[in-house]
Amino acid sequence: MANTMTIPAVQETPELRARLDRIWETPKGFAGWLSSVDHKSIGIRYIVTAFALLVIGGIEALIMRLQLARPNQQILTPAQYNELFTMHGISMIFWYASPILSGFSNYLWPLILGSRDMAFPRLNALSYWIYLFSGVFLYAAFAIGIAPNAGWFDYVPYANQQYNPGQGIDVYAMALILLGISTTVGAINFVVTLMRTRAAGMSINRMPILVWGTLTASAGNILAVPAVSLAFFLLWLDRRFGTHFYDVPAGGQPLLWQHLFWMFGHPWVYAIVLPAMGMVSDGLPTFCRRPLVGYTLVALATVLTMVIGFGVWVHHMFATGLPDIGMSFFSAASFVIVIPSAVAVFAWTATIALGRPQLTTAFLFFASTIVLFVIGGVSGFMTASVPADWQFTDTYFIVAHIHYVLIGINVFPVLGALYYWFPKMSGRMLSERLGQWNFWLMFIGFNLAFLPMHLTGLWGMPRRVYTYGADFGWNTLNMITTIGSFVLALGVLLLIVNVVMSLFRGAAAGPNPWDAATLECATPSPPPPYNFAVLPTVASRHPLWEDRLQESDERSRITVGPALDNGREALATSPIDAQPDAILKMPEDSYAPLVLGLALSALFVSMLAMSLPGVLCSFAVGLIAMLIWLWPAGLSFRPLRTTDG
Amino acid sequence: MVDAVASGAEEQARSPSIARSSGWWGIIFTIATEGAVFAYLLFSYYYMAISSHATWPTAPLSLKLALPNTLILLLSSGTIWWAERQYSTGKSTNALLGLVVTFILGAIFVSIQMVEWHQMSFSPTSGPYGSLYFTTTGFHVAHVVVGLLILLALIGWVASGILEDRRQNAVSVGAAYWHFVDAVWLSVFFTYYLTPYLS
Repeated sequence: MANTMTIPAVQETPELRARLDRIWETPKGFAGWLSSVDHKSIGIRYIVTAFALLVIGGIEALIMRLQLARPNQQILTPAQYNELFTMHGISMIFWYASPILSGFSNYLWPLILGSRDMAFPRLNALSYWIYLFSGVFLYAAFAIGIAPNAGWFDYVPYANQQYNPGQGIDVYAMALILLGISTTVGAINFVVTLMRTRAAGMSINRMPILVWGTLTASAGNILAVPAVSLAFFLLWLDRRFGTHFYDVPAGGQPLLWQHLFWMFGHPWVYAIVLPAMGMVSDGLPTFCRRPLVGYTLVALATVLTMVIGFGVWVHHMFATGLPDIGMSFFSAASFVIVIPSAVAVFAWTATIALGRPQLTTAFLFFASTIVLFVIGGVSGFMTASVPADWQFTDTYFIVAHIHYVLIGINVFPVLGALYYWFPKMSGRMLSERLGQWNFWLMFIGFNLAFLPMHLTGLWGMPRRVYTYGADFGWNTLNMITTIGSFVLALGVLLLIVNVVMSLFRGAAAGPNPWDAATLECATPSPPPPYNFAVLPTVASRHPLWEDRLQESDERSRITVGPALDNGREALATSPIDAQPDAILKMPEDSYAPLVLGLALSALFVSMLAMSLPGVLCSFAVGLIAMLIWLWPAGLSFRPLRTTDG
Repeated sequence: MVDAVASGAEEQARSPSIARSSGWWGIIFTIATEGAVFAYLLFSYYYMAISSHATWPTAPLSLKLALPNTLILLLSSGTIWWAERQYSTGKSTNALLGLVVTFILGAIFVSIQMVEWHQMSFSPTSGPYGSLYFTTTGFHVAHVVVGLLILLALIGWVASGILEDRRQNAVSVGAAYWHFVDAVWLSVFFTYYLTPYLS
């Protein structure tokens, strides 16, 4: 091995840390903020933006609940009600549920993987900017009175030009395709990051479940997002250029919309719950003082759930008159998927049963996920049966189901994750006393609002009606739901109070406030821009619990390792075994992602306005930004095998 | 750590082809998602062909221009493959030649496609078939144009010699994308031009 380069392993020192600080620091001030490619800063931006969307979507829901609290109310007109439930659904499902997970994963991945940044830091910045601009796009249109009104799944023919003139549907189409670009580049970044930048020794059987969850969701997104982007693009062509994809009189096929939408939509459901389930799988064991039970099964079940998730989309279409034989297949697949998706539930329950649970707020949020998942899972299981589904379709039963799934397996785990990792992000602990109030108000409010809603649906109340008659028998149930939703909102308000107060007055967190096992807890809170002064080597699944678990004699090394302080550098490792194979040169901060994000947004605004000069100009600007971005800048990586030491 | 890195490096020396650059992996997954776009477009075609056959054309499309054009695009895959080989062995002038020829073949493909479009008896707004045909082939031509822009950048970079890092190999990244554009055309060609002969 004459030309094998060996990298000296050094002990981390204050001098090394100071040197790395100078190399990795983002320039101070607003200009620096705009050019930063630091995954931690991008992750927090994602979390804050997605949380803002959650609050906006929540307020929309509260207004609807006021309208529905009693029969025959006129707080909203039918048209306003249609716009509100559409904006509520879109905001929550597209602009909150997935971006919040991207935020946590962006923040956590390089820390948990023992690396210095994502594989493509600039792509990461681009992904955030496009996400932000697409949200601004959607709500700017809403602010000037242009809103979609056909529900978040936007069924044709109602969404066709003929029945739905105006620009609301077009705004939705353009904003969602733009958001899809953000999701896609983010997903590619996660997959390549996983393949390239794990700590030495972190073979795939040692990756935290959160990483498995986000990896699976990203792979799913890479294949599923194009379906919905295409569906909306074809709709826009139909509406603005007179093509005939969904146009019934000309021989178009409205069911094509439903197929394309749900081919995306069902994998998407798993994309917005699997990473959140990963948060539970990694966070819950910390508070049970033992490793997760059934790690391998949970990891495999995560992947298997997504694979089967691509074959169940027709269960959203059982009421459309498809052939029985086709429906039987999709019904069977929808029953089968219960098995892998339930594995985690058993693993979590066993982890609690075999551990010594500490009832922190984070634990409560994680553990309550189990209960809510079981309820939402069982109601989902019920809709897999074709005859039962015919009764549930378009009733409040489905609304109750989707909220148990999305609040139960997305919002609750995410808030658990916030209590768990807020100290890492801010250096300060959230208040436990406020936290307990926060949790119990949300848990009680949520169940008060949505558990009776199953009955509202079974008693026949259709979804998406703006009011109902006094003698329909739904008065009490609707009042209970409205009360519950306000209790839930009060809980969210307490969370905001807690975050703001703790940022200023919270107790100092220290590097590892929960005595957790994973690598991010080996860094200071908040971590320095370079994350790790020396790059760690991992010897087990629980690097910080090795002395306690005594699984083997090998020990992970965290304070001794390669410094890689020759400019911005990171270690590349092989995809399966995480053997080091190169030193990566990491990019400097740059405005190119911001400019490209702006150009892409301008492109979609121009498409909305049908302005050819606008399209050409923004395309040209985007092209120049990409050229500057990709301009060859010398060596971008050094393979370890060929560089002579 | 030293030994871990060293042993990893030895592993590398035994199987030198494993280490791919992040950029190469990036383009592979970009291709996967773009490929999915076309898969859904072709799904739409087959779905509509089954459910809207009343509005479908009765005769298959003419192969007079499409078949030679397909061969031209296939040939361009060969020329960029050759250019990539030349580049990786240090023959930059040959590589430049290969890239320029690929660019010319790609440009010819786009021009013939434009002629083909003008000769069609249907339009994007004449019915679902026309909408599908022009959207699918339009998406494909857009991808060829992006490929041509990539080729332009590569030609400029190779000619000026600023691509000093052969291992990172921007040429391989561009070539992977170009092969993808060709492979997609084969599936589009098969679907729109050949399957009507099967029925």
